[in-house]
Amino acid sequence: MFFPISGAHISPIYLAIVGFVIGILGGFFGVGGSFIAGPALRLAGLDWNFAVGTDLAHIVGKSVVAARRHRALGNVDLRLGSIMALGTIGGAEVGAQAIQMLKRAGNVNLVVSIVSIVVYVSIAIFMLWESRKTLRLEKGRAQRGLVKGGKSKKDYSAFGPVTRAIQKVKIWPMVALPTSGIAAISLWMILLVAFVGGLFSGFLGGGAGYIRMPSMVYVLGIPTHLAVGTDLFEIIISASYGTFSHAVKGNVDILIALVMHTGAVIGAQIGVIATQYFAGPKIRLAFVPLPLIGAAIVIYTMISGHKL
Amino acid sequence: MKKGTAKTVRVFAIELALYTVLVVIYFFLVLHLLGQWLYELEIHHRYTYAGIAILLIIGQAILLESLTTFLMRLIRGRFA
Repeated sequence: MFFPISGAHISPIYLAIVGFVIGILGGFFGVGGSFIAGPALRLAGLDWNFAVGTDLAHIVGKSVVAARRHRALGNVDLRLGSIMALGTIGGAEVGAQAIQMLKRAGNVNLVVSIVSIVVYVSIAIFMLWESRKTLRLEKGRAQRGLVKGGKSKKDYSAFGPVTRAIQKVKIWPMVALPTSGIAAISLWMILLVAFVGGLFSGFLGGGAGYIRMPSMVYVLGIPTHLAVGTDLFEIIISASYGTFSHAVKGNVDILIALVMHTGAVIGAQIGVIATQYFAGPKIRLAFVPLPLIGAAIVIYTMISGHKL
Repeated sequence: MKKGTAKTVRVFAIELALYTVLVVIYFFLVLHLLGQWLYELEIHHRYTYAGIAILLIIGQAILLESLTTFLMRLIRGRFA
């Protein structure tokens, strides 16, 4: 199928399958799936700037579907999501401007590839360490009879002491997040987490859930299930802004995004339902291979010289 | 395979088949017709294109989610 806006020839079946896979991941992990979608679009022959912008548009649609389902399950903190959207938009604009600078300098593909590899591998290593440690601690607690069976949205993290120290930082104004079980946290801390997520969103594409979902759990102390649902709600707002910004700069092929999204609709719903069967640390452990797959695809495109 | 799981898989397979047929029709009717118009818009009216792009993807999300929910209810009603 020919897509006139980007001038690319891509199979619609390939796009729908990519959308389906990313939909499952998005619904389950609360991520946009850009670490898969970006490289997958690159493999199909799109330039990085088009892959970044088009992926953002596709993420808006997929997040609408997944967030509606998560809201029905009580996994969305609207107050937290609305605050985070403000910080993310600021960061996304800075990231998009950086992409424009690199486009003008003519080395956008190389720089974005190297940055994405470093970020993806770092996240995977950290989450592997944390989730395995948490699961070991939980096993020990269970053996000592401290943890009862059953599924609860409250979860534990080996990074908990650091999270609690962050929550004790009293920089006015303080915000209460009753839905997430947080009595008081500095507004600036929420905005900082969102800004960093937005920066990566604008720079590497996608909703940057691969940064923000772990940050919400480890830095802000949000339970994993709520972090997943709230992240998706927040992504709708921030990715819409990112899509508009990239579309104005000529980086969005909306026809490709629409085709990808037809597969994502089914995948996202499967992913959301699946979250009900896993505890927080197991969701985080299962998350680990995803950024590594993204990094492997980027390395492959660099080595093979595919449009770099 | 348990009886309940088999039923769920069968319902999902029917839903997927119906959904695929409807989406293919959608491709040809809507995307094919919109393609050239969006291309012109992207070249000459970038801001309008950006706004319409967001409306299109959100509109499609709501439409397709409603469609899958409707299909699921319809098929469960017939086969469950």
